[in-house]
Amino acid sequence: MTSLPANPSPTKLGLVVDLDICVGCHACAVNCKEWNTGGYHAPLTDTNPDGTDPSGVWFNRVHAFEAGEGKAGRTVHFPRSCLHCEDAPCVTVCPTGASYKRDEDGIVLIDESMCIGCKLCSWSCPYGAREYDADVGVMKKCTLCIDRIYNENMEIVDRVPACVATCPAGARHFGDLGDPASDVSRLVVDRDGYDLMPEMEIRPTNKYLPPRPRRDEDGAITAATSMEDASPEGGFLGWVDKLLSGAGDVK
Amino acid sequence: MNPAYSVIFFTTASGLGYGLLAFIGVFVSLGLLPADRWLGLWGLGVALAAITFGLLASTFHLGHPERAWRAVTQWRSSWLAREGVVALLTYVPAAVLGISWVFFEQISGGIALAALLVAVTSTITVYCTGMIYASIKAIPAWHQTAVPVNYVLLAAMTGAVWFLALLHIFDLPTVPVTVIAVVLLVFGLAAKMNYWRQNDDAPVTSTSGTATGLSELGDVRLLETPNTSANYLNKEMGFKVARKHAVKLRRIAIATGFVVPIIFVILAALASGISAVFFSLFAAIIMMIGIVTERWLFFAEARHVVNLYYGETTI
Repeated sequence: MTSLPANPSPTKLGLVVDLDICVGCHACAVNCKEWNTGGYHAPLTDTNPDGTDPSGVWFNRVHAFEAGEGKAGRTVHFPRSCLHCEDAPCVTVCPTGASYKRDEDGIVLIDESMCIGCKLCSWSCPYGAREYDADVGVMKKCTLCIDRIYNENMEIVDRVPACVATCPAGARHFGDLGDPASDVSRLVVDRDGYDLMPEMEIRPTNKYLPPRPRRDEDGAITAATSMEDASPEGGFLGWVDKLLSGAGDVK
Repeated sequence: MNPAYSVIFFTTASGLGYGLLAFIGVFVSLGLLPADRWLGLWGLGVALAAITFGLLASTFHLGHPERAWRAVTQWRSSWLAREGVVALLTYVPAAVLGISWVFFEQISGGIALAALLVAVTSTITVYCTGMIYASIKAIPAWHQTAVPVNYVLLAAMTGAVWFLALLHIFDLPTVPVTVIAVVLLVFGLAAKMNYWRQNDDAPVTSTSGTATGLSELGDVRLLETPNTSANYLNKEMGFKVARKHAVKLRRIAIATGFVVPIIFVILAALASGISAVFFSLFAAIIMMIGIVTERWLFFAEARHVVNLYYGETTI
């Protein structure tokens, strides 16, 4: 059924991505690919992977942007994946019922066995979350690792999306954004988390946390402290230095 | 957007077919056409062939054409499904009309009602086609009421010009349809030029700042793409060739799709016999070249907001 849930559960599972912390290492994208090429949407087909023009299906892609000018300019690494929107247009445009939003947790999924590969859902997504697998002839997308987060064969600590589990910087958080008391909801409030392209009015569930403001006013980047003097004058260290220094030694 | 040939062929051929079908339906229901079976065979034959080949072509770009039947199930939410439902429904009264006309030369009474129904469902189908595109917010150029209006108008226009050629071939009265065709060609041209002007002057919908949420830091520009060679999004949504030649292609569309057909429709009205048939058929064929160009531009010129993640700064 490609109508949106009539009585959606208050639970809205999603991600919070911290743009202040993300270092752009692409580990989330790689681990996403690694997990999902054996998961719900397996395989995430690559074409010509070792050639000069490789192409393939990825659910998570890490961009880098520059914002601002000169000393005030910032480089911001920007992971982009499905935002599991509340008013997901990719669901309602689907003519077959393959694309749907789960009542119980708001995850947007594709039933590959019903997908005709018309690509209209990918056209309707402002965020480029859906990628067509030309080899299989169906659309594929982020499942929020539905085969991890509810997987009773995994340790509880591992029941998070692959991108969250692997992030070495702790820039990705998973939780219930429908519960105002959840850790992720509090993080969004504390850090002024925001929606991407709010003008599209499709209420993305995932939130992004902005880079924190710089601490120094003029925007200059300075080393924390210089190292101690290698040739101190006077005192015990000065005496040791003088004792050990030969004529040809570098000061 | 990537202008897929199958979709261009589908929208132009089915537009022509449903337009022609609608004109035949209205004229039959008003009792303005003779019950000659050859007229029915050729008129409905051309219309239904254009529609059917168009619908088949639209399944060529599917990943799984064998599952296409599923595409009628979600009519509650999806304009594509609604289009499919009404497109298939149209075959029912069209078959009733066609069988009665071709085999029994009987097109009055209940059959006239079926003909009217054909005209109604044909129009709704083309409206649904337009709404498939108009419902996509992520492509601001399409997300406007002008899109379904233009689709219906251009379908009526192409249908009228082909209907006129049919009337010339069967040596039937052509004055009312000549007037209708010229009016629709003029309105079609005005609507299309208005669409282009509106999109050229359209205010910015989204920016790289709103796409990333970083606009408070200043101008936002792409530093690195995630992928070293083009991915699905770049190939499907990142099409840029048309914009380079847009002005020339628009001129070609205006000339061949509207201006030349107007001239030849009028020439056909002034001529008689075989030259009238030739002029009206020439108008119909050259118009299709213009309409295909117009449709190619409709897709190729439309900019998808996902490109804001791939280097564009305003859309």
